[in-house]
Amino acid sequence: MIEVLVGFAATLRHAGVAATRDRVPALLAAAAELGAGDPAGVYWAGRLTLCSEPDDLPIYDAAFAAYFGGTHPAAPRGLPISVTLPQVSTPFAGGTGAGDDEPAELFSLAASPVEVLRHRDVAELSTVERDEVRRLVALLEPATAPRRSRRYRPARRGTVDVHRTVRAALRQGGEATRLARQDRRTRPRRLVLLLDVSGSMSPYADALLRFGHAAVRRRPTLTEVFTLGTRLTRVTRAMRHRDPDAALRAAGAAIPDWHGGTRLADSLHAFLDRWGQRGTARGAVVVVCSDGWEFGDPADLAGQLHRLSRLAYRLVWVNPHRGKPGYEPLAGGMAAALPFLDEFVAGHSLAALQDLVGVIARA
Amino acid sequence: MTWRTGRTWTTRRAPEHSGQVDSPAQLAQALAGTGYLADAGLATAGYLAVRLRRPLFLEGEAGVGKTAFAQALAEATGAHLVRLQCYEGLDAAQALYDWDFPRQMLHLRAVTAAQAHPDPAALEAGLYDRRFLIARPLLQALELQPCVLLVDEIDRADDEFEAFLLEVLADAAITIPEVGRIAADTPPLAVLTSNRTREVHDALKRRCLYHWVEHPGFEREVAILRRRLPRLTGELAGQVATAAARMRKLDLIKPPGVAESIDWAAALSALGARTLDPQTAAATLGAVLKYREDIDRVRGSGVLEP
Repeated sequence: MIEVLVGFAATLRHAGVAATRDRVPALLAAAAELGAGDPAGVYWAGRLTLCSEPDDLPIYDAAFAAYFGGTHPAAPRGLPISVTLPQVSTPFAGGTGAGDDEPAELFSLAASPVEVLRHRDVAELSTVERDEVRRLVALLEPATAPRRSRRYRPARRGTVDVHRTVRAALRQGGEATRLARQDRRTRPRRLVLLLDVSGSMSPYADALLRFGHAAVRRRPTLTEVFTLGTRLTRVTRAMRHRDPDAALRAAGAAIPDWHGGTRLADSLHAFLDRWGQRGTARGAVVVVCSDGWEFGDPADLAGQLHRLSRLAYRLVWVNPHRGKPGYEPLAGGMAAALPFLDEFVAGHSLAALQDLVGVIARA
Repeated sequence: MTWRTGRTWTTRRAPEHSGQVDSPAQLAQALAGTGYLADAGLATAGYLAVRLRRPLFLEGEAGVGKTAFAQALAEATGAHLVRLQCYEGLDAAQALYDWDFPRQMLHLRAVTAAQAHPDPAALEAGLYDRRFLIARPLLQALELQPCVLLVDEIDRADDEFEAFLLEVLADAAITIPEVGRIAADTPPLAVLTSNRTREVHDALKRRCLYHWVEHPGFEREVAILRRRLPRLTGELAGQVATAAARMRKLDLIKPPGVAESIDWAAALSALGARTLDPQTAAATLGAVLKYREDIDRVRGSGVLEP
């Protein structure tokens, strides 16, 4: 029976639940307690000891049915493991002379190749240039500004810290010789990135996800990354990988709707119901990266953004097309969104992403 | 004084019987005796938490009865309940213990006024006496036995606090520099709740049993309403449960939990309603829905029509 349960934990691990090996002793103890011969007992023993978030539960149910139902789990449903991260394949820039076969020339010709590259639209880069931009995006450090927290710290100026003053007085026979002071500690705000990964955004998705990775790496516990498309996917966990490429592969495996359509209002609604309203968006700097192409009714999108803007501290919208000459926010969704935004910025090039870091830091 | 040896110094007796739990079904029955109707999953989770002495980590929508479960569990197992409400900025002085400095100061003054040359060692020992130590929830939980420790809304505390809590829960002991180590003979049964405003660290979750608390089904909700409000008619309870279940399907900003349907039923019965008619329902909607958009939506949807 022990082998069976250990095997089940391994299956669950392969299916994507964080059922690490150190949880197995608890599983065995729980199963022994509930009676290992009883299917319901085994079900609850496993569910209570191996799962750790609501998203795990459907995977667990499927894996349990597959493992104990006699069939071998090929690919548990709800988890398209076969999805790999698509390459950002875009036409190489025509008139700029930066082809795939002559990258060396580009770098030798330009006085400061990085400076040229900074302002290039990431949708129009050659493979070599893209690698360089990826490297530079990984160096960005998006971080929010601090706010005053409820916690105090000892300080030179500020209100009198009665506790420390009296404690010091006790050491000196009850004579207070010096007033100890305290001031409020500061803490950074939470940063929430909502990235559109639908078909129309595909040239920019790679750069934006890498930007998300840089943000998570900078402040792992205070940053949340979600992808929007036809549905909402939380990729924060995947983004915690140290290596950007591994992080993007993991995110790619988790996102079921790459290059699909856009239902921004529905995805935002899901975000607000499951995360935002509970507190993830409260007092946070929320950054939505999307071109605003919306399949649904723009009025719904406006409704959801209104809700989001009331929860968030600052609402920033990043639209890659904004950086293009002659762009006007006419797309139905974009026009509907404008009244609720605190900032509306471009995000099409490395320079624009660097500006975005500044916007996030000032927000 | 026994506390210098590191033993606990208060041995208050637990209220009434000390509960012996033999099966999930028996625990469910004991919980029902206190007015809390748990489903199979929650009863199993509680049973395992008692038997394996592992903390229980509860998540679920607001108002599904996570906090009430801890209270019922304490009552059902005959244990004390100690509640630690988490909030941002919660630190050791508010969660663990604190010295009552003003009283220590008064003591010092009183002793020096009465005796010209007090013995310094005795004076210092007297200063760090138990009566000057203020026990905050975590210390209380180690002292009171048996005890259910409810750590409510852990996600609201800073993440530094989690690591600290983890340490206290793992050792079931704390060390106070002036006093020594204080350990609980029976570790407190910890129930942690979270509303998922942020993700709680894996290290903490890994040491807990995890359970997601669902909204109750129709029959269980009716039973809960009738248990909580004995004066409620069966018909009204059924209608309230039906309406609440329909509202949960309506895609509201804040779907009503059991707590809200209990409030609503209480409001209706306070108005003397015996059945749910659209007029009374509309008048009392504020007890169950907390957003203007939700109220508009429910009014427009016809959920309240019989």
